[in-house]
Amino acid sequence: MKSHVWRPLIVVICIVVGILVFRLFYVPDDFGSGKAGFMYSYHRFSAEDDARSQLIKYRDTGKQKMHEYCAECHGDEVEIRTEDLHGIIACENCHGPALNHPDEPEELTIDRGRGLCLRCHTDLPYATSERHRIPGIDPKEHNVDDECVECHDPHNPRLEDM
Amino acid sequence: MKRRDFVKSSIAVIAGASVPLAALDLIDPKEVLAANEDIHWAFLIDTHKCVGCGFCVKACKTENDIPFGAKVTRTWVERYVFTKDDRRYVDSPDGALYGFTESRVDLGRGEYKEIDPENVGKAFFVPKLCNHCATPPCTQVCPVGATYKTDTGPVLVDKTWCIGCGYYIMACPYGARYFNPITHVADKCTFCYHRLAKDLETACVNACPFGARKMCNIRDINDPVTKMILNQRVGVLKDEFGTRPQAFYIGLAQEVR
Repeated sequence: MKSHVWRPLIVVICIVVGILVFRLFYVPDDFGSGKAGFMYSYHRFSAEDDARSQLIKYRDTGKQKMHEYCAECHGDEVEIRTEDLHGIIACENCHGPALNHPDEPEELTIDRGRGLCLRCHTDLPYATSERHRIPGIDPKEHNVDDECVECHDPHNPRLEDM
Repeated sequence: MKRRDFVKSSIAVIAGASVPLAALDLIDPKEVLAANEDIHWAFLIDTHKCVGCGFCVKACKTENDIPFGAKVTRTWVERYVFTKDDRRYVDSPDGALYGFTESRVDLGRGEYKEIDPENVGKAFFVPKLCNHCATPPCTQVCPVGATYKTDTGPVLVDKTWCIGCGYYIMACPYGARYFNPITHVADKCTFCYHRLAKDLETACVNACPFGARKMCNIRDINDPVTKMILNQRVGVLKDEFGTRPQAFYIGLAQEVR
């Protein structure tokens, strides 16, 4: 072949070899495919461990497991509360994520805001939705400037006990 | 005895004797499955039970450090309102992070529509999240192998390897992926992979007071939630895309996409 073919060809070959050498050193050794095959699961295996190491914030597993984590210390409280109308709500929905409570943080930040109650108790005219079964108010008319917890007990929301 | 009958009987006896006893054992599928423990996480959403409180979105954003102010979310709740004069409205203000506290529907671009309560025909809420498809299109388009399907089902993103090209956002037919404004890489629901590793369910499942969200190992046929998927009438989103979604919906309306 003539030199005008060889010269650019050598440049291209050098670039390709350069890229392959760079790739050899740059790409981690633990790249591979999982069960789903190359198309769906070609990845760095240690990335799975990275994902597993993320911090867990919410500890309460809900009413079905009788609030295992919370019940360790607040057992009596949990037993009483789960009988209430609001017993289906996980403790941390209002009391905030436990993280490593009781060590860190020592006290949880409780959300006593009006917005939290309005998530379920805003009256929406949807007769076909489960929302209809929850007692609702019009947030623009019902004691606008007050927090709900000033009159209602979130742990015992029955109006006759108010 | 004729010679023909003798040969026939001999063949039958030899054939019968050559069958090993093990072949006559009845195989119980449950035992076989229990011996080969196989995990594949799936999600079940009962749209009848959802009231649109948005506790799931709040829990998800807190658990996974997604900024509340950013217009991105791993899971969200949609409200569908159908009026009696055959108009359909869908909205999800802030992904329902603060729930649905107004009867007016967000039409986008700062416009709102107040619907006459008398005119509301049917209305319902639908929680959405990544479907963790069995054949996920998002992992196929990734040019660097940063998003992948794990052996136990969840589709994850390798944050340190992702270059943030954004192909995955285009590839997902469900709009479940987004660009994380803090890490500047792809981000999506992980089925709370870090929680699954510690035998906990996802943050949204634990936060839901009404049991609208459930999780199960779909390979374990004794799991009560797997039984619900098997026995009840469930649907998946955008089946025609061939993505084989692993999030199943009870009470799925055809208008929900």
